[in-house]
Amino acid sequence: MKNLILSTAALALTAGMALAGSHSVVRMGTEGAYPPYNFIDDNGEVAGFERELGDELCARAELTCEWVTNDWDSIIPNLVSGNYDTIIAGMSITDERKEKIDFTTNYTQPDPSAFLAMSADADLKGGVIAAQSNTIQASYIAESGATLVEFATPEETVAAVKNGEADAVLADKAYLEPIADSDADLAIVGESVLIGGGVGMGLRKSDTELRDKFTAAIDSMKADGTLNALIEKHGIGETF
Amino acid sequence: MFDFCTDPDSLETFRWMACYLTTGKHMGFYQSFATVLILLAVTAPVALSFGFGGAMAARSRIAPLSWFGKGYIAIVRGVPDIAFFLFFVIALDQLIEWARHKVICPDWTDPIRQGNDFVVCSAAKMPLGTAPQWIHEMYGFAIAVITFSIVFGAFAANVLFGAMRAVPKAQLETAAAYGMNDRQTFWRILVPQMWVYALPGLGNLWMVLIKATPLLFLLGIEDIVYWARELGGTKTERFTDYPHGDWRMWYFLALLVFYLAFTRVSEMALDKLMRKLTHGQATTGGEAQRRVEA
Repeated sequence: MKNLILSTAALALTAGMALAGSHSVVRMGTEGAYPPYNFIDDNGEVAGFERELGDELCARAELTCEWVTNDWDSIIPNLVSGNYDTIIAGMSITDERKEKIDFTTNYTQPDPSAFLAMSADADLKGGVIAAQSNTIQASYIAESGATLVEFATPEETVAAVKNGEADAVLADKAYLEPIADSDADLAIVGESVLIGGGVGMGLRKSDTELRDKFTAAIDSMKADGTLNALIEKHGIGETF
Repeated sequence: MFDFCTDPDSLETFRWMACYLTTGKHMGFYQSFATVLILLAVTAPVALSFGFGGAMAARSRIAPLSWFGKGYIAIVRGVPDIAFFLFFVIALDQLIEWARHKVICPDWTDPIRQGNDFVVCSAAKMPLGTAPQWIHEMYGFAIAVITFSIVFGAFAANVLFGAMRAVPKAQLETAAAYGMNDRQTFWRILVPQMWVYALPGLGNLWMVLIKATPLLFLLGIEDIVYWARELGGTKTERFTDYPHGDWRMWYFLALLVFYLAFTRVSEMALDKLMRKLTHGQATTGGEAQRRVEA
């Protein structure tokens, strides 16, 4: 175990020297509207699972990191044009996204997504289901035969269920559970579905060194159990 | 903010509100009002000068210059704002970085376009990757001002182009008869008289510009609509000391009041300006003023 940490640290260090200067500050792009993954806390700072994870990864990779928020819909175009260096925004690894950007190894298990609805007998197969646009959940619904309504923010998908526009919303279970707990009208219904290849950090395809550094840091966190502790602390889902 | 804010759960409504409305997040919201107002204050004169330049180019006797002016007006007016903001901003940013790259890193051998990626040497980044966050924000703000100015400049150019043609021909002919050259006629006769024709159109543009500021978030600038949506959204107690339901309605109501008050103030200022501009003009408005005074 200790050896592994040492070797990853050494790897990170040499990689760092090879790249010295070109990434003295790594800008971490996130959405800031998807608790518990990432959200804006009372002080106006980015907080949540990915904030803690990202800060720890940067410490392990010996990088100085800075957090920026960006609209979900333009989060990939702004990455490839270089406005920030990573996407760390609860983004699941999919083949479609892989055509445009690279991912680190996944830092969560393939996420269980769940349906949230007002009534237990909501029609999940043929009804109207809300999902955030450009998400794996949205493409899942589109293929399932139910009618998909898309919204730009997660908040609006839940609001659509509350005002009757949609029968249910499909999103990450970790996002929906606190909402179901705090709102008596809403409940998780039906079976969870496993979609995607887990959540990873997105990087430009040309940025292979930075990707390898973060992958090494994630692997070291997986190996010493700190990643599992973080996943449990924030209620993200299955551990590794 | 206040001493008693350490345990919000125990507070009664008034104190809870006082604490809630002074969180760091709300400070960001209040600051964004200043951001929007500054943006308007900077963009309006810049857009007007773009418009003036565009109109002058469009009525130029030199054919390429006239084509350029007319092309600018036609193209920018025809493209939807949202498409312009998504595409043009990234393109402008890349153009600046590409130009800097060519000058600063001539020895760079890797291609700049690698698949989807746009890669320039780190010294050519705008702003530099090492720059603090506020410089990035200032840069984003400057890009926003330029983009807004180009879009609204095209509309303003069209308004001014029309206004310049609305000035009675007889005025210009009289100027020529007095021996003024083209330049003198333009600056001394045409320009002072055209504003009265341009003001209704420019006033409309100003009103539209006020309401177009939510496009700012597309450029990564956190404007008032972004914050209203973020702050008003449902907050569960796990993620905040101040849990509440869906309060977006109240936040948007506050924005409604802000926008209405702001447009009302603008209308009053524009009316005043209109009265000033019509004074002594050979228009129905100017004639009405003359009769009241006589």
